[in-house]
Amino acid sequence: MSKFSILTKGLVKENPTFVLLLGMCPTLATTTSAINGLEMGLATMFVLILSNIVISLIAPVVPDKVHIPAYIVVIATFVTVLQLVMQAFTPQVYSTLGLFIPLIVVNCIVLGRAEAFAGKNGVVDSALDGIGIGIGFTLALTVIGIVREILGSGSVFGFKFIAGDGILAFVMAPGAFIVLGYLLVLFNKIAKKQ
Amino acid sequence: MEYFLIIISAIFVNNILLAQFLGVCPFLGVSNKLSTATGMSGAVCFVITLATLVTWLINTYLLVPLKLEFLQTIAFILVIAALVQMVEIVLKKISPALYSALGIFLPLITTNCAVLGVAITVVTKQFTFGGEAHLLNLGESIVYAVATSLGYGLAMILFAGIREHLAMNDVPKAFKGLPIALISVGIMALAFLGFSGMV
Repeated sequence: MSKFSILTKGLVKENPTFVLLLGMCPTLATTTSAINGLEMGLATMFVLILSNIVISLIAPVVPDKVHIPAYIVVIATFVTVLQLVMQAFTPQVYSTLGLFIPLIVVNCIVLGRAEAFAGKNGVVDSALDGIGIGIGFTLALTVIGIVREILGSGSVFGFKFIAGDGILAFVMAPGAFIVLGYLLVLFNKIAKKQ
Repeated sequence: MEYFLIIISAIFVNNILLAQFLGVCPFLGVSNKLSTATGMSGAVCFVITLATLVTWLINTYLLVPLKLEFLQTIAFILVIAALVQMVEIVLKKISPALYSALGIFLPLITTNCAVLGVAITVVTKQFTFGGEAHLLNLGESIVYAVATSLGYGLAMILFAGIREHLAMNDVPKAFKGLPIALISVGIMALAFLGFSGMV
């Protein structure tokens, strides 16, 4: 596989949210607005890239039987780094995303890439894979966030262009499920031509 | 009264699945059939309660006195992974029937974010049950964990029932599978929204 296709396959062909349907919890919970979705995507991408790099380096020396716990410790370490960095520099964002920052540890996308890609490939390829999948995830979260923000509060990235209140349900929990459901339908129609 | 508020709040008002979005992956994965949904709910209930008890004790008597709270994430996920392994071994030995009933669901629970989510919530979130904001003590944490997992089971079993009916309906091709499931969960969450403001 060429370097370019490793980098770009996460955007549409193997998009973690719309095709692989992984990491649903943060996808649903943090996309109340476009900016929140974007921030969650970037936070996950940070952990994804670094854990992919380290795991591809240690994979040859980790015994097969304990490789999953070893990977989880690596991922948890980078999540802790992320938590400390965010608490120091962006405390506002950290308190908005709240519980879902520590929960990146159990995001199946991160462990999934470690198991399916980083454990079997070189450092450069794994880093590119992390970047590609990370961008795909960020893109998906931002799109869901944009749709929910337009419907729920009539704005995009905080710029209000529809006066008055939106449909509040779309900012709250039910909207997350319904918007993701319809976006999946749209994705099936366009990308898979069903 | 306070325990009663915790229970109502955790099951209906702040339902872990429909309002907090924790544990959605296994929820969508195993809610195809009522029997697997019941099995998964049972296993989750067991592990959440046990994990909350152990992580609460570790946090209060080890991490906090040593000022190591920043290690919470690493410590908790390791404890949960070890606990799930242990539960698996013990169950296999003392209750083979229960073990085979829970079967494949047990190892899956390590990566169920509901378990880590509840463990982190009870040691970090300030609750306002019964007056002023405070962290939960051990008894309240256990009640919260049990009630939360009952809420998880309730949503899961209700939805499995709906999904069994969905499977027999004529759904447009692009909606088949997950999209229609997600939209149905959305409508269910809308119904649960009616409980908000109760507590």
